[in-house]
Amino acid sequence: MHAIEIKELTKKYKGKSAVSKLDLSIEQGELFALLGVNGAGKTTTIKMLSGLSKPTSGHINILGKDLEANLQYIKKKMNVSPQETAVAANLTARENLELIAKIYGSDAKEAKEKADRMLSSLSLKEVEKSKSKTLSGGMQRRLSIAMALISDPEILYLDEPTLGLDVLARRELWRFIEKLKGKMTIILTTHYMEEAESLSDRIGIMAEGELKAVGTVKELMEQTGTDKFEDAFVSIASQVAE
Amino acid sequence: MKILAFSNRNIKELLRDPLMMFFSAGFPIVLLLLLSAIQANIPVELFGIDSLAPGITVFGLSFISLFSGTLIAKDRTTSFLMRLFAAPLTSSDFIAGYMLPMLPIALGQTILCYAVALCLGMAFSVNILLAIVVVIPVALLFIGIGLLMGSLLNDKAVGGISSIITNLAAWMSGIWFDLDLVGGVFRKISYLLPFAHAVDAAKAAVAGNYAEILPHLWWVIGYAGLILALAISVFKRKMSSDRI
Repeated sequence: MHAIEIKELTKKYKGKSAVSKLDLSIEQGELFALLGVNGAGKTTTIKMLSGLSKPTSGHINILGKDLEANLQYIKKKMNVSPQETAVAANLTARENLELIAKIYGSDAKEAKEKADRMLSSLSLKEVEKSKSKTLSGGMQRRLSIAMALISDPEILYLDEPTLGLDVLARRELWRFIEKLKGKMTIILTTHYMEEAESLSDRIGIMAEGELKAVGTVKELMEQTGTDKFEDAFVSIASQVAE
Repeated sequence: MKILAFSNRNIKELLRDPLMMFFSAGFPIVLLLLLSAIQANIPVELFGIDSLAPGITVFGLSFISLFSGTLIAKDRTTSFLMRLFAAPLTSSDFIAGYMLPMLPIALGQTILCYAVALCLGMAFSVNILLAIVVVIPVALLFIGIGLLMGSLLNDKAVGGISSIITNLAAWMSGIWFDLDLVGGVFRKISYLLPFAHAVDAAKAAVAGNYAEILPHLWWVIGYAGLILALAISVFKRKMSSDRI
């Protein structure tokens, strides 16, 4: 069974296509990167996959079930780390984590245990009592990802997880995301070539709302006859403009 | 559990905001103390503690709109609401989660105002308890206004519109001057809005004029029902739309 199956997925805003006839299947346990420049349609796709936005047309099947018809059931199996850091500013790091655990159905005891686990695995223990608005950008992003992981999702959407982070914070997050590989299905959007190249099992390249190519880094380079992945990306993404 | 967790978060966000604490608890008390001091030197019937305290409790509640509206608007603009919208919460969970914490805050604020009024010489009677019950529809009215503003506007715009609501609640409620003295169109418009009725109902409860409470309170209940229905409908529409 595929974790995600998308058929002819289209989203239009005021008649203009943000995502156009997207067909894609993602395997369970796969880390799939959606790569594209700003405005390529990556975030719109994530919003539709996570039930935040209704498609104009097309179908989404998640874990074998139609998303539209089983939205509340499927929402329990997924979690999202939005592009902007989405934390409750006046709550501490621990309170943020326990809040999300409880919203996804944990009782107080289980929420505390899960928060302990997340604080340790994402090295947030020392700031657990700090209000999240006082944390650095890197710490806030880590907390935001921990909040997405605390519900033990089968499918995790990471929308530009390292956007705006410095090199050290980015590399640290990469190491953590790598550890998650195989444990859950991860769909990651990014416009950093290196991020997609080093983390993902397969990459989908989006441009102007269309999925232009899908494959492993090697396959995409072979397809375009290039030696560097960045050149492969430029070759595929720029086909639209020509 | 889900609603409780979300409500708890909202209470913490509000109570940890020093501005909210000042305007909810401090400002109405400052007004009570200041006007009571003026009353002690230049007695005016309107500023007698039995008349002033019910008015100040209603005026104080107008800040609830500002804080509930700002909380929702900030959640929307900081993507926090997007995270929650992706969670297994229904629109009813959200609405209850935003509204429930505001009621104890509103009641706490009202109780505090009457406690200070008692210290300033107001005679204790069971009518004060009745007056506290009477403010529940008033609190729901202001909570509904907050939910509506928070669903439609950004946090800066919520601040601007809230100041208009607070001014309407101040000037068109008969707290600071007798509306009968102004008369004419101003009085008519004031009594077409819910604020003067809210103050009159609270004053009637404190004075023990039970027959006068409901005719005024129905106006408030009507407005509260209408605004809450509109706010809930707008929030639900926003939740199912693409632009969170």
